[in-house]
Amino acid sequence: MSDSTVRATALVIGHQDFASGIVSAVTAITGRTDLFRTMSNYGLDTRATEALVREAIADGVTVIFTDLPAGSTTMAARRAQRDNPDVTVATGISLPVLLDYAFAVAPGGDAADTAVAKGRAAMMVMRGAARAD
Amino acid sequence: MPIELHRIDDRLIHGQVVVGWGQPLELRFLVLVDDEVASSEWEQELYRMGVPVDMRVEFVSVAQAVERYATFAADPKPGMLLTGDIDTMARLCTALPAVRRVNLGGVHHRAGRTQKLRYIFLSASEEAELRAMAATGLEISAQDVPAARVIPLDTLLAGEALA
Repeated sequence: MSDSTVRATALVIGHQDFASGIVSAVTAITGRTDLFRTMSNYGLDTRATEALVREAIADGVTVIFTDLPAGSTTMAARRAQRDNPDVTVATGISLPVLLDYAFAVAPGGDAADTAVAKGRAAMMVMRGAARAD
Repeated sequence: MPIELHRIDDRLIHGQVVVGWGQPLELRFLVLVDDEVASSEWEQELYRMGVPVDMRVEFVSVAQAVERYATFAADPKPGMLLTGDIDTMARLCTALPAVRRVNLGGVHHRAGRTQKLRYIFLSASEEAELRAMAATGLEISAQDVPAARVIPLDTLLAGEALA
């Protein structure tokens, strides 16, 4: 069930409200609303999700961001990609990934590579320490 | 029994299975019973991609599942058996009286199906098939994730779980 009418070439698809939620954060930070389409797999089996992904590809989507490698969203995207080898699928995405992609000069597969690398680098664990003063 | 759950889920291997059930049950193997997937290396690779390194996946046809079930059941590590539809599970249970419980984890919307629960939609023939399975003594209930309420088949089919 697509919940965005913007004709962007990147699609974010995830469980429940993941896509609309994370893209709303991108919009809040960048002010851009034209970068990502969003889709949820809510209530859909993998084949129905795949059909929607195929429709999006036919409508110009070239990069698909999914939330979980083991998710049905990724399965659907990979199946659709099989017949559309020019499409790039990136999974396990986070806000830093989408923000980097949002600012890419040339959106597409290479920009997705760079964005995922930035997303990996943005993850860190910060442990507390007792104050010395 | 080391096969902790016999689950019907049309998404097969996905987040709820690997993470939702996989972590609390400490699942170490999945048996994916699907004739189509069992005959497609590409499909198997797709599903394998979503499975953690410490979890094994067996891709088998219904016939192979019946043949190898005793081996799966004898595995000391906990596992889950998955089918993508009711009919496949029904065929399996007919051949394997050892299976006593079936979990309805996800049967999603499709033309001709009526909603019974947020994640369960059934056609009339699927309802009949489930009733026939239950009549053999199988305990069938719906539960998508461990923290969710267990919905017995009678309650589900009566439509009482949607309220």
